[in-house]
Formats: sequence, structure tokens, C-alpha cells
Amino acid sequence: MSDTTYVQVLDLACGGLLLTAVLVLWRRELSVIVRVFAAQGVAVAVLVAVLATHEGSAELGGVAVGILVLRAGALPWLLRRALAGAGPARRETRPLVNVAASLLAAALLTLLAYAVSQPLVALAPSPATHAIPVGVTVFLIGFFVLVTRRRALSQLVGFLLMDNGITTVGFLTTAGVGLVVELGVSLDVLLAVLVLRILTTRMRETFGGTDLDELRELHD
Amino acid sequence: MITLLTLVPVLLPMVGAVVYLLVGWRPATRWVSAVSAAGVLVAAVVLATAGQQTALSGLLRVDALSAFMLIVIGAVGLLATAATPAHLSAEIDAGRASPRTATRHSLLVQAFLAAMALAVSAADLGVLWIAIEATTIVTAFLVGQRRTRSAVEAAWKYVVICSTGIALALLGTLLLNYAAQRTPSTPGLDWAALAASAHTLDPGVTRIAVALLVIGFGAKAGLAPLHAWLPDAHSQAPAPVSALMSGVLLSVAFYAILRVKVIADIALGTGFARALLIAMALASLVVAASLLVAQRDYKRMLAYSSIEHMGLLALGAAAGSPLAVAAVLLHILGHGLAKGVLFVGAGRVLQTTGTSKIGEVRGLAARQPLLAGCLGFGVLALIGLPPFSVFASELGIARAGFASGLGWATAAALLLVLVIAAALLTHTSRMLLGSPPDGPGAAIAVPRLPMLVATALLGGLLVCAVLGVAAGPLTDLLHSAATILTGTP
Repeated sequence: MSDTTYVQVLDLACGGLLLTAVLVLWRRELSVIVRVFAAQGVAVAVLVAVLATHEGSAELGGVAVGILVLRAGALPWLLRRALAGAGPARRETRPLVNVAASLLAAALLTLLAYAVSQPLVALAPSPATHAIPVGVTVFLIGFFVLVTRRRALSQLVGFLLMDNGITTVGFLTTAGVGLVVELGVSLDVLLAVLVLRILTTRMRETFGGTDLDELRELHD
Repeated sequence: MITLLTLVPVLLPMVGAVVYLLVGWRPATRWVSAVSAAGVLVAAVVLATAGQQTALSGLLRVDALSAFMLIVIGAVGLLATAATPAHLSAEIDAGRASPRTATRHSLLVQAFLAAMALAVSAADLGVLWIAIEATTIVTAFLVGQRRTRSAVEAAWKYVVICSTGIALALLGTLLLNYAAQRTPSTPGLDWAALAASAHTLDPGVTRIAVALLVIGFGAKAGLAPLHAWLPDAHSQAPAPVSALMSGVLLSVAFYAILRVKVIADIALGTGFARALLIAMALASLVVAASLLVAQRDYKRMLAYSSIEHMGLLALGAAAGSPLAVAAVLLHILGHGLAKGVLFVGAGRVLQTTGTSKIGEVRGLAARQPLLAGCLGFGVLALIGLPPFSVFASELGIARAGFASGLGWATAAALLLVLVIAAALLTHTSRMLLGSPPDGPGAAIAVPRLPMLVATALLGGLLVCAVLGVAAGPLTDLLHSAATILTGTP
């Protein structure tokens, strides 16, 4: 792969990441949000695959396949299962911040990400590290989704967006964190999602829905 | 041989978990968890005298600091697991749990102990992160064990907030690794190697990484601003689990902050981590004080007091002198024991009175004198009255705070601590003193405090008091642990 194609595909994957993150903010239909999340998983996998080809590393290629299976396959599948059990309540009805304001917030978060990431890019300038702010943006948007959405499932997607952002930053900083740590991290994320998934089921059993507005038992 | 011993604190609880998985919770296996916690304690004491040990090709390293944390895990773990069989039997008798619940409870508690032991013996920030995230996953089910509306809500909040915090810490870990790769010696994430080459880390990247790590692990340690999960989780979890979470889990997360601070101090100077920790410490103390004054639920009262003590630890860490760090470590042990006693006692109160409201528990001293005595002395230990060790450690933290130029912050913290102490005393005296409530059910004889629970409670208080008079052989251990954390011999 020539250097220009490498940079172009890299930027394309990052564009996909950013676009899908904004789409999650924009759309309210939960099934669409899950589909968008799966598309973002593909974008992360493409990004890692491009890095693998560029560095000629078979190990990283294997990791890319693993990411594709986990983030575009297993996790969206789990979310869809949770959604199928949710019954008619399938829309994010009343987010704390409306869509227009959310999109504005996304723009501000992007600016913030670029401002914060300056030292990260400056440490080792390269096409890959120049894309770090995109990963940070996805992370921040995920955090924003997590704190402003009221459906348990939307919060779960927010958490996973954060995680996609972290993974992206991890690979863009060419951080070979070691296979043990890498595996442990993926396993932990998968388990955390499973735990949350079990809890949404229990919440539905005890509260009748998964709107977090129902969570009003505990307060001071 | 001694190298094998470093594996014991992690492996022994895992074996215990396997036993519960295969055999279940029966009369024959009900003491397995206490035995394994005792084993962790013994191994930790031996390791503390043996000097630094590494195992699993450098994945685990137990130095003085790790050994001290293992002692805390073993001691509070022993207290909590010794009280567990009585707690579970009472729950089963009351129809709130089944033997299956008891099996799952015991299995998860063992896994919880193993994960905490792994966290403090890890030689590497990555493994530490995995272990701390594992504690969240394991304890989520323990918090939600009762499956009531409030328990499920508490578990959800707990997993979401702690996973978010830990995600921040993961980003911090990756960025620190990035900075480490760009140094001449490429130390990776190994604590010792990182500390050795910390002066060559890029300050810009390290600053972001340290902020993320401190705030992220701070969430798990119950420090403001991400503390909201703590009162809910601690009040809903079964009593022995609350004791473990408050007594050790918070400090294990705080241990991660202490290790990060070593690297931050060398790479960025002491100012950055100090400012961050002082802000979090004061915010935590303000939160705890404002919500304790009018608190109506005694388990939540204890939970807010944990936020207070984590704030004090952060203040001590911010001061950062060898005296401050030794006091912080002693405080971890003293608070762990006192809070363990109080949560186990509070669980017993909940079981015998059926209410968690402070106002509805009256005259406990007349009806259950032994339990009331343990609670009373536990609260006295917690607010730092001599001879309990919390007095010595709070004094140490305050002295170190004034000596390292944090006068205003320390003074403000002491004022808040006084407010909190007054609130705790008022609430507890309302529960313990007065005449027992009349009305239906009041005439039923209260079951006696089981022998072993009483021993565990009294033992915890006794150790806490003895530590306050003389730290004895722990002094050397505290000294060498403080040396690791301050970098000065």
C-alpha cells in the first residue's frame, strides 16, 4: 500500500468513526442506533486493519479480525437481543438535551478534543497520531450520550462509544500494550456489557421498563 | 518457595471459589471463605517480612507496599467472611435468600478477594487495571443480590459509574504507555520501570494521562466528582460485602492512585497531582459532610463516612511527605477494620430490627448490649478518638498537611471532619440510647449475637485499638512502603 492510499484509507476510517458517533446523537430510534453502532465497529476494524497493513504486522491483522467480530458482531448482537426483549418502548423519547443542542455539543466536544490532544500529536507527529483527536472526540461524545440519555440501552451504547474511542486512541498511538493486557481489556469490556445486559433484564422485571427515570428509589 | 507464596493471595481465594462452584454452600463448606481469607492474611504477613518478590515472569511483584495492602485485604476479608455464615443463615431463615443465593454469594466473594489481591500484587499498570475492572464485574452481582427495585437500581448505577471511571483510567493507561514508548528506555507499563524512567516522559502527554488515571481510579475509590454510586451500592449490598467494599475495595483503588502519583511527581513535579488530589479531597469532604448532617439511613450514613475517609486519604497523599504517606497507609488499615466492624454490625441491626432508618432503631443498647457496644465503639474508632489507630493516622495526616504548606486545605478539612464526627455521634446515639420502641413485635426476644460474629467484631476493634497505641512490627513495613511511595529513603 502506497503512503497516499494509507493516509486516505486511514482518514476515511476516522471520518466513518466521527460520522457514526454524531449519528448516534442525531437518531432516536434505538434499533437505528444499534445499527449505527455496528457500523462504527466496522470503522474501528478497518482502521486497525489499515495500520496492520502499513506496519506489515500479522498480529495486528489478527487483532483487527477480533475487533470486527467483537464490535461489529457480538456487541451489536447483544444489544439487539436486549432491544427485542424491550417490547414497544423502542425510542429514546425524552433525552435530557434535545437533538439540536446535542449536535451543537458534539461540535464543541470535537473542538475540545482537538485542543486537548495537541500534546499527544506533538509527541510523535505522523498520519496515525494526527487522527488521535478523532478517537478522543468519539470518547467524549460517548460520555455525553451516557450522561444525557434516559433509556438504559442508550446509556449502554454511550458506554460502548467511549470504549470505541479508547480503542481507537490505543491503536493510533501504536501502543502495543502487550497481548495479555489487550485480551484482558477486551474480555473486561465484554463482561461489563454482559453484566449491564443482565441488569437491564432485571430492571425490566422489577420496574416494567428500562427508562432510567424510573430509578428514583435511592436518593438523599 | 517464597516466590510461590506471592501466588497464594490470588490463588487461594480462586480455589475457594472453585470449591463453592463444585460443592455449593453447605454446612461443610461454610467456613471455606473464612479459611481462605485467613490464608491470604498469613501469606501477606510472611511476604511482608520477606522483602520484594516477583513471580509469573515479572507479572506479579510484591514489595512492601503490596504486602501491606495484602495484609489489609486479608484482615478485613477475615472479619467479613467470619461474619458471613451467620449473615447468610439469617437471610435464609428469613426467606430472603436460598442456598443457591448463598452459594453464589460465597463464590463471588472469593472471586472478589482474588481480584483485589491481584490488583495489589500486579507489577504492571495494565494488569492492575484489569483486576480493578474485574472487581466491578464481580461485585455488581453482589450489590444486586436481593433483586429488589432498590438493589437493581444500585447495581446499575454502580456498574455504569464505575465502568465509566475505569474507562477514563484505561484511556489514561494507554496514553501513559504512549508516553513511555517515546522514552529512550521504553519501560512499558511496569511500575518500577516507569518510575525509573519517569523523568524522561513527555510532560504534556503525562499530564493528560495522570489526570485521567487519578479521576478514573478516584471514581472507584469513591472520591468526588464520581462518587454517586457509593452510598447506593454500600447501602444495598449484603452487610459482609458492604464491609469488604468500603473497607478494602475503595483503598485498593486508592492504592492505584498512590502508585500513579509516584510517577506523576517525578515526571511533572509535585504540584500537578497535589492540586488534583486536594480538589478531590475537599469536594469529597464537603459532599460527605453536607449529606451526613441530615442522614436518615444508617447504612448510607456509614457509606458517606467512607467518602469522608477517602477524602482524608487523598489529602494525606497530596501532602506526600514520608510521614503523610505512612499515616495514609495506617489510616487505610484502621478505617478498613472500623468500617468492617460497623457494616457487619449494621447488617446485624438490619436483620434483627428489620429497618434501616436511624429514627426507627431506638434503645439498641438495652435490647442488644453487645452489638450496641460494638457499634458504639466502632463509631468512636471511626471519628478518630484515641486509643484507636484512626486517631493516630488522622493526626499524622493533619500534621503533615500543615508541614507541607497545605495549611488552608488541612484546616478546612479538619473543620469538615469535626462536623462529620458530630453528625455521626448524634445519629448513633439516637440509635443506641433511649427506650426501646413499644408496639407490635417489640416483645419478641432478640436472637443472641452469634459467638463468631461477636469475636470478629471485638477482634476488629481490638486490633484497631492496639494499632493506635503501638504499630509494633508494622512500623518497619509502613516505613519501607512510604519509601517506595515518596522515593526518599
